[in-house]
Amino acid sequence: MTMNASLLLIPVWLLLAAQLAVADELPPLPADYCHWEARNYSIEQPLCGLVGNAAQGREIVIDTHGGNCLACHVMPIPEEALHGTVGPPLVGLASRMTMAQIRLHIVDQRQFNPATIMPGFYRDPRLDYRVADDFYGKTFLTAQQLEDVVAYLATLQ
Amino acid sequence: MMASRQTVQAMLLLAIVLPASSAIALEPVSGYAFLAPETQAMQDDEFGNPGMVAVDRGEALFREHREQEKHTCASCHGDNGEQLDRKKIASYPRYDRNLGGLVTLQDQISQCWETNMDRFPLLYDAPDLVALETYVRNRASGEPINVQTDGPLKALLQQGEVLYQTRLGQVGMTCHHCHVQHQGQMLRGQVLTQGQANGFPVYRLAKGEITSLHTRLRQCFVSFRAEPFDPGSEEFKLLELYLMSRGNGLAIETPAVRF
Repeated sequence: MTMNASLLLIPVWLLLAAQLAVADELPPLPADYCHWEARNYSIEQPLCGLVGNAAQGREIVIDTHGGNCLACHVMPIPEEALHGTVGPPLVGLASRMTMAQIRLHIVDQRQFNPATIMPGFYRDPRLDYRVADDFYGKTFLTAQQLEDVVAYLATLQ
Repeated sequence: MMASRQTVQAMLLLAIVLPASSAIALEPVSGYAFLAPETQAMQDDEFGNPGMVAVDRGEALFREHREQEKHTCASCHGDNGEQLDRKKIASYPRYDRNLGGLVTLQDQISQCWETNMDRFPLLYDAPDLVALETYVRNRASGEPINVQTDGPLKALLQQGEVLYQTRLGQVGMTCHHCHVQHQGQMLRGQVLTQGQANGFPVYRLAKGEITSLHTRLRQCFVSFRAEPFDPGSEEFKLLELYLMSRGNGLAIETPAVRF
């Protein structure tokens, strides 16, 4: 009886151990993930060398299922009635920040401000905790979307 | 030499403890104060408050007598729940070793339902259990929340606070970010409240239904693009404990009307 019970228990422990081993490993990065390097509060190079489209970027910052930047920031977008006040206003942003600085602010602000509320829109997705299945292993914005937003914000003189 | 080592150890300990306790000390303010006057009026009007539907359903269950049953809830707790202990209702979640540790009001109602009325236990956050919880908490309307924060609850509270300060999901925000650091700011059209739990279960205008605290937490997790914990899970109970304790002193408003 005892023998039977212990035999039954072994596979359970093996399974648990296997699960723990898996949990310790990071998931692979998305195949198309563009590696970036933060230096001097900036990311100099556009992600994967992509060219942003400012008009597309303007749509992304409005889209509640896209960047949804308006949720937290006041922006010079008069046709949208409701702008958030959680983050600083972005009016005139390009007159106080370079494009490279803007890029790092959106990609992963925690690189230089660990306590920030701002999501990292192109952060290494392996660093996130308890991500829902639909978003697991993915970045918030695609590299192209991110460059579009950067291009739009760079127009805010 | 020994002394300096102890000093270093003490400093290390402080470094670990401080981030958790460095939360901005807040005077608790009910979500009611952040509502538009029309919504406040809706909550205050017993006939206009849509959450009263759940109170009525809870009342019906409270008095429901099934064949061959000896008890109803009302036969012990009074026809209108007048025998219920208002102060005790305001003290959930409580620590009860006999019931396995942290006990929420839903746990307590379900346990009573099962053992004293010999019915099948109600699943956590099942509509009937939420209705009963709403009814029972409504009986203690106006009672100041008074969750124990010392004794066996002290360590559990710290765990709850760790969860409160944990970045979640792809969005990677914590509860603390919105409801402490940025409370009062606008998130598009909505004002960020302190996220106090004194009105739960609440009637959520955005969802059009009565919403328990654990269901509300799940909705927050979804907006963080995070995998929610289960209703009634240890994690959500710990969060509930922390949420309730930070609202100690606020009057129970169940059923509150919230966005």
